Parts: sequence; C-alpha cells; structure tokens
Amino acid sequence: MRFYATCVYLFLYIPIGIIALFSFNAGRHASQFMGFSTQWYGKALNNPFVMDALETSLLAAFITACLASTLGTMAAIALQGVKGWLRTLFDAMIYIAIMIPGIVIGIATLIALVTVFGWLNPLLVSLWPDGANPPQLSMGMPTLVAAHTMFTMALVIIIVRARLSGMDRALMEASADLFATPWGTFRQVTLPLIAPAILAGFLLSFTFSFDDFIIAFFVAGSETTLPIYIFSSIRRGVTPEINAIGTMVMGASLLLLVAAQLLLRRGASKSNS
Amino acid sequence: MTKRGRKALLLAPAGIWLLVMLALPLLVVFVFSFGERGAAGGYVPAFTLEQYANLPARWTAFKNTLILAPLGTIAALVIAYPLAYFLAVRCSPKWKTSLLILVIVPFWTSILIRSYAWIFILGGRGLPALLESIGIDDVRLINTPFAVLVGIVYGYLPLMVFPIFVSLDKLDKRLLEASADLGSTPWRTFRQVTLPLSVPGIATGCMLVFILLMGEFLIPAILGGGKVFFVGNALVDLFLQSRNWAYGSAVAMTLVVVMLVTVSIYMKFISRLGGQREDVSLM
Repeated sequence: MRFYATCVYLFLYIPIGIIALFSFNAGRHASQFMGFSTQWYGKALNNPFVMDALETSLLAAFITACLASTLGTMAAIALQGVKGWLRTLFDAMIYIAIMIPGIVIGIATLIALVTVFGWLNPLLVSLWPDGANPPQLSMGMPTLVAAHTMFTMALVIIIVRARLSGMDRALMEASADLFATPWGTFRQVTLPLIAPAILAGFLLSFTFSFDDFIIAFFVAGSETTLPIYIFSSIRRGVTPEINAIGTMVMGASLLLLVAAQLLLRRGASKSNS
Repeated sequence: MTKRGRKALLLAPAGIWLLVMLALPLLVVFVFSFGERGAAGGYVPAFTLEQYANLPARWTAFKNTLILAPLGTIAALVIAYPLAYFLAVRCSPKWKTSLLILVIVPFWTSILIRSYAWIFILGGRGLPALLESIGIDDVRLINTPFAVLVGIVYGYLPLMVFPIFVSLDKLDKRLLEASADLGSTPWRTFRQVTLPLSVPGIATGCMLVFILLMGEFLIPAILGGGKVFFVGNALVDLFLQSRNWAYGSAVAMTLVVVMLVTVSIYMKFISRLGGQREDVSLM
C-alpha cells in the first residue's frame, strides 16, 4: 500500500520537478541537462513579450477578482431568504456556468459579442457628431474581464453562500433589535463573519483568471495573456525559458492558494468556537 | 429604501452580468446552430437543420471524446481508489492531512504547464530513449492516444482522489472490525463493506472528471499533436480556422446535449445503485 502511494506521489510530482529542474538548465537544449544556471530566469524576465503578457494577465486577474468578489458577495447576501422564480433563475444560471465546458462558454461569448458589436458599432458611428472618431467596440481586455468575471462570480456566490448558511441568523436579528441600520448590521456583524470567504473567493477568482487559457483564447482579442503566450510558445517548441516562466507561475499560484486555504481555515475555526 | 428594493439593487449587477455574459451567448449559439455559413465565414441567418445533418463529418472527434473521456475517467478511478483508501484507512492520522494536501496541490497549478511537462517525458528523448537503452526500440509515445490518456489521468487524478477519500474517511471503521470478527477475509470485507459504502465518493469523482473531460481541449492539443483530437479541438478549429460559426454552433450544442444526457443517465444509474451524490469542494 505504502509503496503504491509513493509511486502515485512520484507520478504527480516528477513532471513538475522536471520543469523546475530544466528551468535551471545551462544548455539551450530542452531535453539535455548541461549544468546549473539561472540565465533563463533572467532571459524570461527581460523578454518584453513575456512581461507584456504577464502585465495583461495580472491586470485582468486583479480586475476580475475585484469585480467577482464584490458582485458575487452582494448577490449571495441578497439571495438569502429569496425563493420563487428569482431563486430558481439564479441557481440555474450558476449551475449552468459551472457545468458547461469552458470551451463552449468561450466560443459562445466570442460569437455573441462579435455579433452584438457588429450591430452597435454602425449605430455609434451614426450617433456620433460628424468628423469625430466614434469609439468602436472590439474584443480585448474588457471582454476578457467580463467573461472571467461571469464564471468566477458564480464561484464566489457559492462560497459566500455556504459561509452565510453556516452563520447564526440570530446574530443579525439581535443587531436589528438593537436598532442597527441594515448597513450597520452588515458592516459590524455580517461582513466580519464572511470576510474570510470573500477573501478566499477573491484569491480563487484571481488564480482562475490568471491560469485560464481556454476562455481567454477566444475572448481576449488582440491581447496576449501569459497562458496564451505559453501555449503558442509550446507550439513552436519547448525552451528552457518557458520552463522558467512555468516554474515562476506555478510558484506564484501555490503561494496564492496557500493564502486562500489559510484564510478559509481561519474563518472556519472562528465560527466553530 | 424598502427591503425589496435593497435586495433588487444588490442582485441586479450579478443577475444582469449572468444574463448578458452567459444566457445571451448560449442563446446565440442555439440560434446560430440553425443558421448557414456566410461566404467569408461567420453566420447568415436562416432556419435549417443542415448543420445538424452535417454532424457525421466530425464523427471522429465525437468518437474520440466518447471513448477517451470514459476511459480516462475509469483509468483515473483505478489509480485514485487505492491511494484514497490508503489515505483514509491505512495512513496514520499524523500524516493524513499533509498527504491529502499534497494530492490536491498540483490541481491548483496551471494544467497547461503540467500537461506540457509530459512532452519531455513521453517525447523522443524521454521514456522512449530510456526504453531503447534496455533494448526496446521504436517506441512512440507522444502524439498517441496513450499520451493523451496519461495527460488526462495526471491532470484529473486529484479531482478523483478527493471525493473518494471523503467517503472512505467518513466510513465507520468499526464496521470493518465487525466484518473481520465475523470471519470475513480482508478481500470479502472490502467487497461487501468498504466498496459499497464508498460508492457516493466514486460517483462524485467520476462525474466531476467526466464532465471536465467532455469539454477537454488542452491535453489533446498538447499531447495528441493533432492526431488525437476531442470535440473541443474540433470546435477551436471550426471557430478560429475555418470560421464556420453555424456548423461550429451545431457541434457545440451537440456536445452540451450529449454531455447532459450522459450525465443524467449516469446519475439515474448511480441512484439506483443506492448511492447518493457527495457534495465536496476542493477548497
């Protein structure tokens, strides 16, 4: 049994280890280790394409995480006690958002937005005063953020709702009985209790958006995110530079997830005591 | 402001967002799937079932998906179950949590990077070179269904281990002792007590992995080298290369319908087995 478990762990970690190992490869060849060097990290960090893609990814992930955690939390709080068609509609959309393959969501968003923009752009031209250049809608950072926010918002609603349902409703009633305004109750009672869930939702949304390839591939327009850059580089052949980027990305994701995990734990132990 | 008004105001942004970015796009795919391809690609409004009639042209992609997705799910189950059993039943409590976290950690790092690691291992200078040195020549691993299967198992193993672990961990260990006291062999105890009680975990794990595999694109794209492709790869090709939106929409709709039908049949089957779905989260 123990031997079997060891084998599975090796299976899980050897590929990751190989990427990390080869990122320190001194030689150019991707599959032959020629000695230790950190040159590829330097090359990656000085490559303007990599840095542009990184900037795009970080910006998209940050805006996505802010929007998703704010709007998702608002919806989760408002959904408390809501029944009937509205509840059914929300539950159905959240379920669909999670169930439908990412590739279908990416494609659907692409053709829907391109079609809608195709109608709106001539309208903008005709509405604009003559001679001026009207703004034209196209796929890019805003559409990327909108698509990522849709999916991660659904995740945040689920996480925050789980936290809210584990909360003692008597606390909120007590607060109202003591003449707190709804906003006062939210700020002083609800928010401190669900803060860990919101933060975890924020970090999860950030990680999802940062790591996502498939939705971004369709809706990012001319923007290149880091996963899109990595994917197109792999197509051209594996280089030690990509290994260095991959190792850094994996390290960063891990740090974020450990943080999210710790926050959720802290939240759980707080509500249990 | 009334309570109703406040609720409406809080729900509106998320609701509108989901309607515009989820419901509308899916509706567009549905409508477009009955349309025609424009001369320069894109979509021309029409009402025809032509696109659906044309589905057999992409039969290979559906066939590959419908073979490799269940096969990958089963392979992941076979490899995951003993590990989950070890963690839940055999492992000392001191190590349990850390070992479990070690299984889940890879799942939260980019699947793109993890998949491409296998290009090294399965590529010409990886395992095949190793096999050649012990006298087994001409082994091709990369760009084969086997490579895709390895990538699938590697990518989704954590998702399978976790729910099974949860159901085995909840299992009352006294039942195992009782079974042994009544003279059962270990194998019989496993077959008649442990296995039936872990069905809910198996059901959840298989469903999670299967759903994700049905829409898979990256693993076949990276490890299948264009030779082993899923419906997801056909969709990318249809939308980004041939720009055939109407036909692509029909393929996408079919994928979603096939997925929903398979999953509901599967759920029926599982509930008949007496198991219940286990709600788990990876965080």
